[in-house]
Amino acid sequence: MKQAPAEPEPPVIVVRNLRTGFGSTIIHDKLNLDIRRGEIVALVGGSGSGKTTLLRAIIMLLQPIGGSIELFGQEIVGIGERAAFQLRRRFGMLFQQGALFSSLTVRENVGVPLREHTALSAKEIAEIADLKIALAGLPADAGGKLPRELSGGMLKRAALARALALDPALLFLDEPTAGLDPVSAGAFDELVVQLKESLGLTVVMVTHDLDTLWQATDRVAFLGEKRVIGYAPMQELTQAVHPLIRAYFEGPRGRAAGNRRAE
Amino acid sequence: MVAVPSPPSVDSAVVRCAMERCQCAGGWTLDGIQGLDSRLRSVRWPSGALELDCSAVRAIDTTGALRLLNLVAELEQAGRPVRLVGLRAEHRALLELVRERRASAGVSAAPPARPGGLERLGRLVAFHLSAGTAFLGFVGEAAAALGRLLLRPGRFRWRALFGNIEDAGVNALPIIALLSFMMGVVIAYQGGQQLKAYGANIFIVELISLTMLRELAPLITAIIVAGRTGSAYTAQIGTMQITEEVDALRTIGIPPMDLLVVPKLLALVVALPLLTVFADALSVFGGMVMAQTLLDVNFSDFLDRVPQVVTLTSFLLGVGKAPVFAAIIALVGCYQGFHVRGGADSVGRQTTVSVVQSIFLVIAADALFSVVLGGVGL
Repeated sequence: MKQAPAEPEPPVIVVRNLRTGFGSTIIHDKLNLDIRRGEIVALVGGSGSGKTTLLRAIIMLLQPIGGSIELFGQEIVGIGERAAFQLRRRFGMLFQQGALFSSLTVRENVGVPLREHTALSAKEIAEIADLKIALAGLPADAGGKLPRELSGGMLKRAALARALALDPALLFLDEPTAGLDPVSAGAFDELVVQLKESLGLTVVMVTHDLDTLWQATDRVAFLGEKRVIGYAPMQELTQAVHPLIRAYFEGPRGRAAGNRRAE
Repeated sequence: MVAVPSPPSVDSAVVRCAMERCQCAGGWTLDGIQGLDSRLRSVRWPSGALELDCSAVRAIDTTGALRLLNLVAELEQAGRPVRLVGLRAEHRALLELVRERRASAGVSAAPPARPGGLERLGRLVAFHLSAGTAFLGFVGEAAAALGRLLLRPGRFRWRALFGNIEDAGVNALPIIALLSFMMGVVIAYQGGQQLKAYGANIFIVELISLTMLRELAPLITAIIVAGRTGSAYTAQIGTMQITEEVDALRTIGIPPMDLLVVPKLLALVVALPLLTVFADALSVFGGMVMAQTLLDVNFSDFLDRVPQVVTLTSFLLGVGKAPVFAAIIALVGCYQGFHVRGGADSVGRQTTVSVVQSIFLVIAADALFSVVLGGVGL
């Protein structure tokens, strides 16, 4: 599905010399990262390496201390309210716990971004929401249910349906397979790849799931020492010599996932 | 919806018909299909079967694909078989994906029929009866937990008790002081106007000290505490319920009753009478200030007369009601907290119910006190 564009397209996300932190703790310093259109990129790294913080900075939930982040060619550090609002409808975010609104049914949850950003009628919104729910691989009766009536895997799919509501070009996933059984996790990986290929999405995810890294990603950015210390397809990254990267992938779990892949 | 057909911009989805050929063009995307309905109204469809040329469609997303499929379905229902031609390969693939997924999509279920008035009344009565018995069960459980802890005081959570006394008692002093002082001022002002007309200025002492000590100070304090502390109990336990912290306590072997309910109950039973005495003093002081400025009854005359008109019984009756009010507030607050189910909206709902119920029960209990104490001649 990947095709080399005739002329190099500008990346969807460009992070330059990013510096973030809380109080006196610096989390990222001089961090650089480019993400091209149509890629599935995973952010990995040990606990506390700032994966989720980087994601939150890119989706404008966290103000960086310094540096620049461009989304679709637009600088978002110090962006105005209106421009941010316009930009927000071009990406979707799947939060780790789903973050579905507990008082609304799944169909209403998926409809919230549509109601907020478009002038479509209630009937059209319900119809689009039902389509997204089906695209996310949920059974037909899930739309009328409340989030608390769903299992963990279904909750993630419902949250994915909401993230896809506005047909975003860019999708962010925070630990999409955490807490799922292996079968559901594998199915979720497949779903993400399938959606990327049929909808032409660019996907950025934070994950610890080594199987996901092998099966679903085009490139993996390894965070450590407050910056990106490795950024390559999984096969190459596991050959890297940096001690942090080696320690991460050469544990028994890392080898097991790599072997499964090799079989 | 847009009433006036807006001029199609470059990215809008459009349909043009010339002679027998029809063409879809522009961006069939979520943005592009806005206002498409009004643009479609001016399209003159040729009669009979038609070919829809989609080669000029610049972009298509799932929403646009859904709209295009709906358009085809509408036309076919009107007796015009449609053939889509000229679709780019990737657009056709997306269209197929949407067509296939839509077939499995749920049909928006009709809302369940609204039950009749009699059924709703019946359900309401049944609900409140079962809620009443469940609350009684909770009171029993709390009493059992209290008894268990009295037998084995070593297991008592002293830290939780003192933390709760500080939260519910000490930290409430400023707001209680301000509000009870103002109550004293208001009552003295309103009553004082009448007394002055009869020259009975000195009776302001009876008015203030009896109403405040016996009725108003305990009641006002209980209502403030219900709004301030009862709601906090519900919100805290309710949030712990959602985040499974209550279940975590159970699995660790800490009965939630012991840690979450008994210390709160005892803390409020200790704190509320003390707050009531404090409110007694501040409200009488408010009355004294008004009596001096409005009625020329100075502080020493006022205080000399208080012991003559207020019996110790009146004071003790007022303070004695406070532990009962405290038990009501703490038990209702905790009970509603444990009844939180699901998510954030449930915390809000149960907190509202908790405050309304505890204030209602406090006032009802106060009325019962008046009747019973009046009956035995106190």
